[in-house]
Amino acid sequence: MSNRPRVSEHNEHSLTYGKYVGGFLGSIFLTLCAYWIAVHGRGGLGMLEVSLAVLAVVQFILQMVLFLHIGEEHGPRWKLAAAGFMLGIILILVGGSVWIMNNLNTRMTPQQMNQYLRSQDNL
Amino acid sequence: MNEELVSEHRREYEATQKTIVGFWVYLMTDCVLFASLFAVYAVLHGNTFGGPSGRDLFHLPYVLVETFALLTSSFTCGLAMLAAQRKAKNEVLFWLFVTFCLGALFLGLELHEFANMVHDGNSWRRSGFLSSYFTLVGTHGTHITFGLLWMAVLGVYVAKRGITESIRKRLTLFSLFWHFLDVIWIFIFTVVYLFGSRGV
Repeated sequence: MSNRPRVSEHNEHSLTYGKYVGGFLGSIFLTLCAYWIAVHGRGGLGMLEVSLAVLAVVQFILQMVLFLHIGEEHGPRWKLAAAGFMLGIILILVGGSVWIMNNLNTRMTPQQMNQYLRSQDNL
Repeated sequence: MNEELVSEHRREYEATQKTIVGFWVYLMTDCVLFASLFAVYAVLHGNTFGGPSGRDLFHLPYVLVETFALLTSSFTCGLAMLAAQRKAKNEVLFWLFVTFCLGALFLGLELHEFANMVHDGNSWRRSGFLSSYFTLVGTHGTHITFGLLWMAVLGVYVAKRGITESIRKRLTLFSLFWHFLDVIWIFIFTVVYLFGSRGV
């Protein structure tokens, strides 16, 4: 029992200088890449948007791992589980809203909507 | 005696871990708040009502400076945590101060940008696009404001009481909050500013 490592050391062994420096330099690099693409890039067929989105997601994962230390806990991984649930909610919320609203706009443009509302007033 | 000490440590450690998980759950719900605002922005960003779009309004080099100010402050906040681990009080105070200055610089730049837009008649009342823009970016700015307040209080605590176990716990919670705000900014930078400047 007395040989057990002290818990407070156990607690913080994951905090290291290298992780923060790596996360910082990586984020700078990814931000500059995204900036360069947005200013100079000319991709067709949505390539530009896709590459910017991919760069953002890579930087998101980088910072979640190196700054927020996700996935380093021991035992039941409550933080990871909460983060996974959050991602699911976000996908449903944002993806669903954009999907539904785009669909509505395609089926009925705002001009058609105005005409429809005016015709209802006449009734 | 030694075993008691170890189990005492164990209890303290577990209590701290519980607090951290609880705070983490708060951060995740905050994510849902931001996700809703991103959804609103995604739906409304084309509704400019004859007014300016993101392409006319956003000045990318300016936003890049903002982004680097916040990113660097996230990094120096991590350095403050490393110093707290070594119980180096003065170092913690120094890095907290640097983090505070960079955070304040970020907030100042953002408010300056807002003020310019409002001054040019492009406030949140101009169009659906601008309403959703000010709500999304403004909510992030409000979080930063409260983060700065929290940091100032922590700085006073550290200066008065040194690095105790309870202050290290508070510093850990604060660092989670501050890193989280930088993570949100990645998406604001990409979706609002980079996409916006391309007229996407």
